[in-house]
Amino acid sequence: MFAGWTALFIPATLYAASDYHTLRQHLVNAIKQDVRNTSFYINKTALDAKVMQAIADVPRHQFVPQSQRQFAYLNRPLPIGHGQTISQPYIVALMTDLLKIKASDKALEIGTGSGYQAAILAKLADKVYSIEIIEELYHRATKALHQLGYDNVTTRTADGYYGWQQAAPFDVIVVTAAASHVPPPLIKQLKPGGRMVIPIGSPFMVQQLVLLEKDSKGNIRSQQILPVRFVALTGKHD
Amino acid sequence: MTIAIQRERPPWFSIAMLSMTALAYEILLMRLFSIIQWHHFAYMIISLALLGYACSGSFLTLARQFLLAHFKPVYLLNIVLFGISSWSCFLLSQQLHFNAEEMLWHHQQVFRLLLIYLLLALPFFFVANAIGLSLIRYHSEMSRIYAADLFGAGLGSLVIIVLLFISFPGNVLKTTTALAMLAAMLASWELYRDNKHLLTRLLSLLLVATIVPFVLPDSFTQLEISPYKTLKQSLNISGTKIITERSSPLGLISVVESPLIPFRHAPGLSLKVTAEPPEQLAVFVDAGAMTVITRNEKQPDKLSYLNQTSSALAYHLSSLDDVLIIGGGGGSEVLLAQYHHVKQISVVELNRQLINLVQHEYEDFSGNLYDAKNVNIINKEARGYVTGNDKKYDLIQLSLIDSFSASSAGLYALSESYLYTVEALQQYLNKLKPGAYLSITRWMKLPPRDSLKLFATAIEALRHNGHRSPGQQLILIRGLQTTTLLISNSAISSSAIQSLKKFSHQQLFDLAYYPGISQSETNQYNVLAKPYFYQGATALLGNDSDDFIKRYKFNLQPATDDRPFFFQFFKWGVFSEIMSLAGKGGMPLFEWGYLILVATLIQALLASIVLILLPLFLCRSIRQAGSVYRIHYYAFFYFLALGLAFLFIEIAFIQKFILFLHHPVFSISVVLAAFLIFAGAGSLWSKRYISKSHYQNAISCSLILIIVIASSYSLLLGPLFSLLTGLPTLLKIIISALLIAPLAFFMGMPFPLGLSRLAEINSQLLPWVWAVNGCASVLSAVLATLLAVHFGFMFVIMLALLFYGFSLFCFSTGFKL
Repeated sequence: MFAGWTALFIPATLYAASDYHTLRQHLVNAIKQDVRNTSFYINKTALDAKVMQAIADVPRHQFVPQSQRQFAYLNRPLPIGHGQTISQPYIVALMTDLLKIKASDKALEIGTGSGYQAAILAKLADKVYSIEIIEELYHRATKALHQLGYDNVTTRTADGYYGWQQAAPFDVIVVTAAASHVPPPLIKQLKPGGRMVIPIGSPFMVQQLVLLEKDSKGNIRSQQILPVRFVALTGKHD
Repeated sequence: MTIAIQRERPPWFSIAMLSMTALAYEILLMRLFSIIQWHHFAYMIISLALLGYACSGSFLTLARQFLLAHFKPVYLLNIVLFGISSWSCFLLSQQLHFNAEEMLWHHQQVFRLLLIYLLLALPFFFVANAIGLSLIRYHSEMSRIYAADLFGAGLGSLVIIVLLFISFPGNVLKTTTALAMLAAMLASWELYRDNKHLLTRLLSLLLVATIVPFVLPDSFTQLEISPYKTLKQSLNISGTKIITERSSPLGLISVVESPLIPFRHAPGLSLKVTAEPPEQLAVFVDAGAMTVITRNEKQPDKLSYLNQTSSALAYHLSSLDDVLIIGGGGGSEVLLAQYHHVKQISVVELNRQLINLVQHEYEDFSGNLYDAKNVNIINKEARGYVTGNDKKYDLIQLSLIDSFSASSAGLYALSESYLYTVEALQQYLNKLKPGAYLSITRWMKLPPRDSLKLFATAIEALRHNGHRSPGQQLILIRGLQTTTLLISNSAISSSAIQSLKKFSHQQLFDLAYYPGISQSETNQYNVLAKPYFYQGATALLGNDSDDFIKRYKFNLQPATDDRPFFFQFFKWGVFSEIMSLAGKGGMPLFEWGYLILVATLIQALLASIVLILLPLFLCRSIRQAGSVYRIHYYAFFYFLALGLAFLFIEIAFIQKFILFLHHPVFSISVVLAAFLIFAGAGSLWSKRYISKSHYQNAISCSLILIIVIASSYSLLLGPLFSLLTGLPTLLKIIISALLIAPLAFFMGMPFPLGLSRLAEINSQLLPWVWAVNGCASVLSAVLATLLAVHFGFMFVIMLALLFYGFSLFCFSTGFKL
């Protein structure tokens, strides 16, 4: 709460690096509070400590447009242009937690958007592959990820529907845009024992966050997690 | 001075023309905002903008003397300003880039919304100034001026339909601006025809103003669609472009191709699917609701994915020869029926332009789908077709159709739908062959809403049709995003249940209900915290179903033709509980459509209080009138009650006639025009009582006759419409107009009679009651919908009759010298 008010009244240009660190810590606390508040839906009272540390480390303000920087550490989605948004940090944390990422994992992200989610994944996984359809967003996100030194992230503009065949299979897949159905190629590219998080539904309805798990025999089981709004899935052929 | 005014002829023609343009503009604004924003926000914005009428009343009260002294130029200037502002204020308002969803956390959006209200209120303010000032200046001709106003408005409701059929909404905006300038030209001729020199100069100037919108580049009227709407987001993808656009009052249709990135719209698809949908063209309505036209190369394997959607269930339970698809859209359900080699496929589609796209413009792409020998396309509204047709079917299919129902037709942003009422389901069931199915697929909401409400509606419909064990005739399954409900007109066989289990298991769809289901069979593939759908379905079939509906946190009460609000799930009982979940993931539980309606009412109420009280505080003459006669109390209640009652009756009867005429656009425009034009005739007729000062008798008679006619219609229209439902549409339109005529005629009398009487008692109060009437108009439209949601349209009519009774009391008691 305090972080929110601070961010509202202090111009972005006045923030020093230590201020951002403090704001991120406030954000982490806000997310922890949200997790406790939504424990009924998500069936847990705290997220993985490594996920929370990633949130505390990744400079979200570097991934949002200049005009939105003063709001970067508020726990809410922000517009990033082209009708797209950077997800609410709580949702980013929750989706990442659901993936149960190990340090040796290979992760695929559909919808790079601002690049923030890819940066969080980069802190936790061995390699991250991220696909974005809107070229301008792709360039902006790639530049930000490169400048911040996230060298284990590979990005490209392509059709997210087909995943990334050359780099498949993946231990975890995260889809940060809504789709009318789960793309079959993504299910194929998920390793047995792998986990995928995807929001499902029509673009303007309240969405459900769905966790898909593929067991060792290749059987799929899904679980509905939390009502949440996302932007529509976009994708492109190679 | 008074004698001179009495000799002067009021500007009838320009008043009628202005009124016509204003009503057309109001409906056009609703269309424009439904395209660039979302229809429920369009409804709120336009409702609040109409308070411009009430602002005018307050303004006229305060500046009465000055304005009357300069009547001619002021009258003309207001018409010209209406023309200019109607165009420029809309263009400015869409430059504000209002994003409704951001309002929750970004207060700047609230200021943008307020600014939009102000901008859009301006045109209506100018219109009301011109008409209100005329009523005050020529108060001896009040009934005729009011008649001209109503005639014009009636004509406007028809003119806008024609304009929206022949032109795109952006271009119609140019036309309404030009019509306003024509009204100004008429006004110049009416007011200055004795001054040839001035008249020529005015006409020349206005002629230029009329032409200007048409010669400016199209970018001036370009619609700025919200970047968060589906169409706009699709256009972000490289190579994507709009290839065809069609417009009608039912909506703006945009056909979009994406050669680099194919659309793959297949809602409800199984997780087991392996085939990718073939190439598709996306069809957006009002830049939002999306359907697709799928490339059809008549190769069944390419369409196999459709057989893996939840709506394919009925095809796996029995052999189907004769299928009726309600809401054909781009043809996906027709392709599914073709995939299953159905012998006869009937497709009902309301939107002729959508049929034309599939049938003519993209006939090769769609593989001549709508011209196939076994496909019969019917361009009608679903209920109208079902009631006027004796044919029986093996399957009646409704899949994810909201886009082309009355609720989102775009023209009138109310949320009523006659497709999912108890009576509608009864009618569908009556058109089924023995053992056949009615299949309804809906988007799945969590916590469950649509699906369980539909389940409750099906139980009610089966019971009304005489089935004692509805539980034996229902099946409910769910996938990741959709639920499909099957309703049979006889008990479901054991072989059908076996097929159901096989299909669901193969496609990973969860069983939620079938006769004889056990809880252990549910919630297996797409796991919820609890088997909510199974629990809800069994509770609704149990003895305590009423108690379950009462306790459930969303409204599951079945919709009826009297309360056709299927999509209203909100319950006030859980308001505080949901509010306490704000910031805890609870906001998606709110039903925003309903709350926006409430927010509109609250805003309108607050604005009305300010607009009505302000002149009382600022204008001494009104306070003096009150202190001497207390007339302003009676006048306030008389005109408030009249304003509320008139629109209550009009709105409620429009709903009744929709069920008779069926087509949402035609029925609304015909009924609205009939109401306004016949009310205009009534106003004209009331002149004879005014000149003889027979106010009391005229008002008493007209109000009593309104009460008698409206009461008898409430009882008789239902049976009468059932009797006449098979008649040709034109005959039905004529009958509707004849039925409306006497009621509307008498409804047109009390307002001008009251105004004229008030002018005799204290003419200072005229502009103030004009404001009261303006507020009442805005409040009544919102209030009528809210009351109908909770109590039904019959209740709205009864309340209107009480208001009429009350206004009679106010007149008899208070309008004395």
